[in-house]
Amino acid sequence: MRKFFSILLFVYFISLNGQDKVFTRKGNIKFFSETIVEDIKAENNAVLSIINTSNGEMAIAMQMNQFVFPKKLMQEHFNENYIESEKYPKSTFKGIIAGFSKVKKYKATETYVEGTMTIHGVARDICIPTTLTKKDGSITMSGKFIIKLKDYQIKIPRIVIKNIAEEIEVSYNFIHLPHN
Amino acid sequence: MKNILLRTFLFFTFTNLQSQDLLAILDNELEKTTHIVSATFKGTRIANGHSIENRKAKELEFIIGHRFERLNSGTYNLFGLDFSNIRFSLEYGITDDLMVGLGRSSFQKLYDGFLKYKLLRQKTGDQSFPFSVSAFASVVSRDYPEFDKRPLTETLFYTSQLLIARKCSSSLSLQITPTYIYRNTIASFEESHGFFALGVGGRVKLSNRVAVNGEYFYNFNKLSSLATKNPIAFGIDIETGGHVFQLILSNAITMVEKSFITETTGNFLKGDIHFGFNISRTF
Repeated sequence: MRKFFSILLFVYFISLNGQDKVFTRKGNIKFFSETIVEDIKAENNAVLSIINTSNGEMAIAMQMNQFVFPKKLMQEHFNENYIESEKYPKSTFKGIIAGFSKVKKYKATETYVEGTMTIHGVARDICIPTTLTKKDGSITMSGKFIIKLKDYQIKIPRIVIKNIAEEIEVSYNFIHLPHN
Repeated sequence: MKNILLRTFLFFTFTNLQSQDLLAILDNELEKTTHIVSATFKGTRIANGHSIENRKAKELEFIIGHRFERLNSGTYNLFGLDFSNIRFSLEYGITDDLMVGLGRSSFQKLYDGFLKYKLLRQKTGDQSFPFSVSAFASVVSRDYPEFDKRPLTETLFYTSQLLIARKCSSSLSLQITPTYIYRNTIASFEESHGFFALGVGGRVKLSNRVAVNGEYFYNFNKLSSLATKNPIAFGIDIETGGHVFQLILSNAITMVEKSFITETTGNFLKGDIHFGFNISRTF
């Protein structure tokens, strides 16, 4: 009985410790929309991202109203009219990094993350290319990909159709550190 | 005893194992953030009066406001459209919290200047706060023709307001506006210099780009030299990119606080209604 008890204690503390996860709350995501009329860009520096280093699972979550635009009016329209951040406050991603266990330390490795992205309340399966670097105690991931507004039911009214691109380039950079 | 301890540990171990879900961990973290509620109203005006909204830092807004004559003035005046009071103004955000504006109205030849400052912000999340508060102050000078010129001090009016607003949901916002207006010049010695009023206003969003606004000011004391009514206004906000169009029906013809709050004479229910609009362009 004692033995069983101490094993339980041991398991409990191991899982509490969570040494097998790396995490950031300062992940960077930028997006860029380019048309003849105007370029729109915005940046979120408070993206949360976590990787389970034992199996390569990862999750990302962000508050949509944390995107900062150079023009405040654009920011307001982004939240109020397009992304509807009061109705859909966050966007998330959950997936698995392909070949995670085979990535060698201190070597930038090209791979991809496969999973489900939820934006504007719409969940879609997506595959994101990434450059991953493992170091002692940190994992860096960066890359870019394209999002189609139509895929996430973000509607652009005809009057501004020339101002907003249908395909948005998204780039990201996460530096994960041990989670405790 | 042992059994209870064991169960407690088992329970914690399992709940801990369950919380291994990565998104759940992030959700937990997200709840620790606080953010400021924005876009309580679409424009810087509810209808005639100011809303809690400011122009953001370094944004310049040009507003043209029209209020036509009374709808019940008949077909001869095309329901009031033959005459209008025009106010145009330049309004600028010095910082995200402080804005200034200069305007000129054709009715009574009024020049107005104002400051609006955000004191408190409505917040949600970890450190939430239920409403926003701004302070508003304006000075208005009335111009007189050459033969009737008066010293500047005799032409001045001051308005102070507290704007207290809450975005109750993404579609409903409410504001109350305690107001004090001071008239430098009075028509008779019995007349008061100071006037108190309380404004209530609200917005209901019909879609992402269209909202209906309403606004009413209750005057606690009124001018004795003029038979005044409390001003009431209804408006529709239509937003298209950098423009906001506001279509307004009101018993007031003016767009400056001292006038529409204390000098409105129209009876809304009897059809003394002025159609009007504000068009704003933000640069």
